[in-house]
Amino acid sequence: MARSLDPQGQAGAPPLVSLRGIVKRFGELTANDGVDLDIRAGEIHALLGENGAGKSTLVKILFGLLQPNEGEIRWQGRPITLSSPEDAGRLGIGMVFQHFSLFDNLTVAENIAVALPRSESRRSVARRIGEVGQRYGLALEPERPVWTLSAGERQRIEIVRALLREPKLLILDEPTSVLTPQEADTLFLTLEKLASTGCGLLYITHRLEEVKRLCTGATVMRAGKVVAACDPRVESVRRLASLMVGSEVTEVRAAPAHQLGPVRFELRQLSLAPEDVHGVPLRGVDLAVRGGEIVGVAGVAGNGQAELFAAMSGERLAEGPDAVVIDGRPVGREDIDARRRRQAAFVPEERNGHAAAPNLTLSENVVLSRHATGGVAKGGLIDSRAAAAVAAEVIRVFDVRKGRADPPAGTLSGGNLQKFVVGREILREPGVLVVNQPTWGVDAGAAATIRQALVDLAARGAAVVVISQDLDEIFAIADRIAVIHDGRLSATHPAREIDREKIGLLMAGSAEEHPHAA
Amino acid sequence: MDIWQAVLITVVTAATPLLIAALGELVVERAGVLNLGLEGMMAVGASCGFAAATLSGSSLVGVLAAIAAGAALSALFALLVLGLATNQVASGLALTIMGLGLSGLIGAGFVGSGREAIPPIRIPGLSDLPAVGRLVFGEDPFVYLSLALAGGILWFLSRSRAGLTLRSVGENHTSAHALGLPVIQVRLLAILFGGACAGLAGAYLSLVYTPFWSPGMTAGRGWIALALVVFASWKPLRVLFGAYLFGGATVLQLHAQAASLGFPSQVMSAFPYVATIVALVLMSLGRRKAAIAPGSLGTSFVPDR
Repeated sequence: MARSLDPQGQAGAPPLVSLRGIVKRFGELTANDGVDLDIRAGEIHALLGENGAGKSTLVKILFGLLQPNEGEIRWQGRPITLSSPEDAGRLGIGMVFQHFSLFDNLTVAENIAVALPRSESRRSVARRIGEVGQRYGLALEPERPVWTLSAGERQRIEIVRALLREPKLLILDEPTSVLTPQEADTLFLTLEKLASTGCGLLYITHRLEEVKRLCTGATVMRAGKVVAACDPRVESVRRLASLMVGSEVTEVRAAPAHQLGPVRFELRQLSLAPEDVHGVPLRGVDLAVRGGEIVGVAGVAGNGQAELFAAMSGERLAEGPDAVVIDGRPVGREDIDARRRRQAAFVPEERNGHAAAPNLTLSENVVLSRHATGGVAKGGLIDSRAAAAVAAEVIRVFDVRKGRADPPAGTLSGGNLQKFVVGREILREPGVLVVNQPTWGVDAGAAATIRQALVDLAARGAAVVVISQDLDEIFAIADRIAVIHDGRLSATHPAREIDREKIGLLMAGSAEEHPHAA
Repeated sequence: MDIWQAVLITVVTAATPLLIAALGELVVERAGVLNLGLEGMMAVGASCGFAAATLSGSSLVGVLAAIAAGAALSALFALLVLGLATNQVASGLALTIMGLGLSGLIGAGFVGSGREAIPPIRIPGLSDLPAVGRLVFGEDPFVYLSLALAGGILWFLSRSRAGLTLRSVGENHTSAHALGLPVIQVRLLAILFGGACAGLAGAYLSLVYTPFWSPGMTAGRGWIALALVVFASWKPLRVLFGAYLFGGATVLQLHAQAASLGFPSQVMSAFPYVATIVALVLMSLGRRKAAIAPGSLGTSFVPDR
């Protein structure tokens, strides 16, 4: 457990910021339980942990958005209270948010001007955006409205905004989750440059490769407590992972060798206009998935994944019946229930409010997606006993942990609810399964269970489409990979023959190649 | 020529209360708050303004009382939707119902009494110019105030730092809070401003437009002002256009009724409302490109603690 080295050579000086014994409770839940953390000037310090480990709560405290119940914050050795983000800003604490804190209908310059400590003329803001952009390689067009920009560009605004306030400490909350690998590389260069000027950086992530590459110190959290402080440059990725998860990480078992069946799910020149002004149109999407295989659809968020899922599931109808084909039957004009009756099943991205109704119980949620395919409703009446039996079966097979029998869906943790909504569809033994972001924001244990279930389902002969922004996940389970960018889907590539760099280029929209024989 | 001038002057008078009320509501909605209590605040402004002016004998006192009454009623609304995070639609509707009742109570002793309307401004020489003198230089003070208000709000929203803060709060209150902007204070000030404008618009009705008090004299103008803000895509200049269109249609139907064209009078009375909404709907249809409603409009803000 080596203490991180001080690149500035001020080993005697107090850390830029120290947290001591921070406790934060939300009702019964203790999100932070006696957390200690030191960050020194010029250091890139990683805060590692799984979703729900308490990282976000801790940085919200450090940024003045939440007040700790107990504990002390010291800034350059002096005890301080941070009662609002303004207080944090005055000290020189800046933050780049995970879910962007931008205003969609304002321009880039306005988004930045509103966060500056003093009123400034438009011209001077635009000039300073240009200067910072040049120094750190962050190009921005000041007059563009934010909603026209990609996720990577939006993040650049956040970073430029933080930099214009000349921070002494910059907090970055999962900054690479929305970036292509190439965009992430550019970001790392920026951060290293920033650290070399003496700014302290707190880098929050659960991606270990990034930590090893970038960070000089690391604090690992699990279940609200600090479980280790170490130097990530000397620790192995495997050890960091087991510190984070608390046990050895299980890998997905490859499916037993099986024959691919005929094409079970097909999209033919599927095009769809966007539903609202911020949407993405689908442009001539072609895809064929055979029984027994998993096709992964990679891509940066907001490139048409939501629209693609809606068109596949029948939440939005295609223009012609031939655009979507299930088991040889054109279903483009059929709604989601009709498609379910053809042995297809769908799991949307948002578990609370889309895949499940948070205020309804689990057995009622079973009825929501199963009523069309029989068993839980008869003649317009719900068979509650059958629904409860299905719910119990899902809970048993997928090891859904819950407080009491048949609780409202919203009371389950993210990972457990996700296991439930995926399990609800898989236990129907669908012939076609489309799932969007199957493990977004769930803990490693639940993610492993879900991935394994998808692999096993394909091995039993189903055609599976996994839309995911997590490249690790796609490489772990997909047989073939396609990339969606700006509403266009690339040709598919066998997962064994394509590398991350190639996928990154496709995600950024460049270098579309001649269609591979797939 | 003089007939045209007289007609145009009545157009301006019909448009002005609507313009003032809608501009106030525009500021409120750009800050992310939907105050459906406009009609009630106008009614209370009208009755308080008339009562105070009659009792004190001073129109200025009446106007100030109306502004204060509108702001006071909006402060109650602010307490509900900001302090207690109640539903804005329900609170606004309740405010309208309460305001209409309260205005009847305040004005009860003044039904039937009349007073001199606040006179138009006279600039010697200029106001006597033929054809345009009275139209341009001889309106009542509120007309110039309302135009200045439109220009001022346009400048405030698009150019000033405070206006940018207000728009940010209305676009996304979570982001604004995360950046350290004082969401609740900004919204409180916006609501009070909107209430003051509604009170002023009410005073215009009872002190200038028709200088007497009668219950229900706002006649749905608060609702039209609300619709105006939406169909004007939350833009001050379009609100100005919509208000004058409404004023023009009102006067047009009065003249048409006088000329007895054979339409039922109820249909004619509905004409300005229909015409204004149709025109603004057509305008907003042409601009689908950018999302126009403030992102946080109508949603309560409760920060984590």
